[in-house]
Amino acid sequence: MRDPREELTDHIGSLRAFALSLTRNSATADDLVQETLVKAWTNIDSFQQGTNMRAWLFTILRNTFYSLRRKRKREVEDADGTMSEGLATKPDHDGRLNLRDFKVAFDQLPDTQREALVLIGAQGLAYEEAAEVCGVAVGTIKSRVGRARARLAELMELSEEESLEITDSVTQGVVGSRPAA
Amino acid sequence: MTKHMTRKQLNSRVVEEIDRNLRQAFDDMAEQPVPDRFTDLLAQLKAAEEKKNSGDQQDA
Repeated sequence: MRDPREELTDHIGSLRAFALSLTRNSATADDLVQETLVKAWTNIDSFQQGTNMRAWLFTILRNTFYSLRRKRKREVEDADGTMSEGLATKPDHDGRLNLRDFKVAFDQLPDTQREALVLIGAQGLAYEEAAEVCGVAVGTIKSRVGRARARLAELMELSEEESLEITDSVTQGVVGSRPAA
Repeated sequence: MTKHMTRKQLNSRVVEEIDRNLRQAFDDMAEQPVPDRFTDLLAQLKAAEEKKNSGDQQDA
């Protein structure tokens, strides 16, 4: 049987993106990914074959993040904005949403809502999987995602009319910063 | 000022708009080339284990 650890490499990109959304700092994010990979490697026996490895890895990463954060409570969080720092995107040519506003709004979400939205909306996990990653009930995840979307829409003042506007000149301004390799 | 539609019930277009932007932002990040530190790390872990196993089991 193929060693499931062979699959770890495939998930590094997703892990980095998830870590960045939690830490809001690319150096800290990559340290977190490193620790997650070591734990996953040494604890591979606790991974159930046939289940979603990405969800399993996210659980490890998230637990590691929160236990580190509890330890380092005194340290000032170096939060210069998740999206604006690392998650730069290309302008969407048919894009209607102002990406800069989106990123600013995203960074303002409470941690619990942000991680729920990331797992469901960006990483495409099932509600059940996201609930397991976060250690909460499925209903809690659903309500957090709902509130996160509502809050984003509100922060961006997203209305029918505004969402139709082309904002290429603004989106071009956010392109350029790339995550540290 | 903009007229606010029913914000409590987001329409599916708004939800799709939000998720599309989210996916775009994260896919871009996730598709970045994997930094060497991670491929090196996995290679080291694998090498350390192979060394340990060959010691334990005295494989040919």
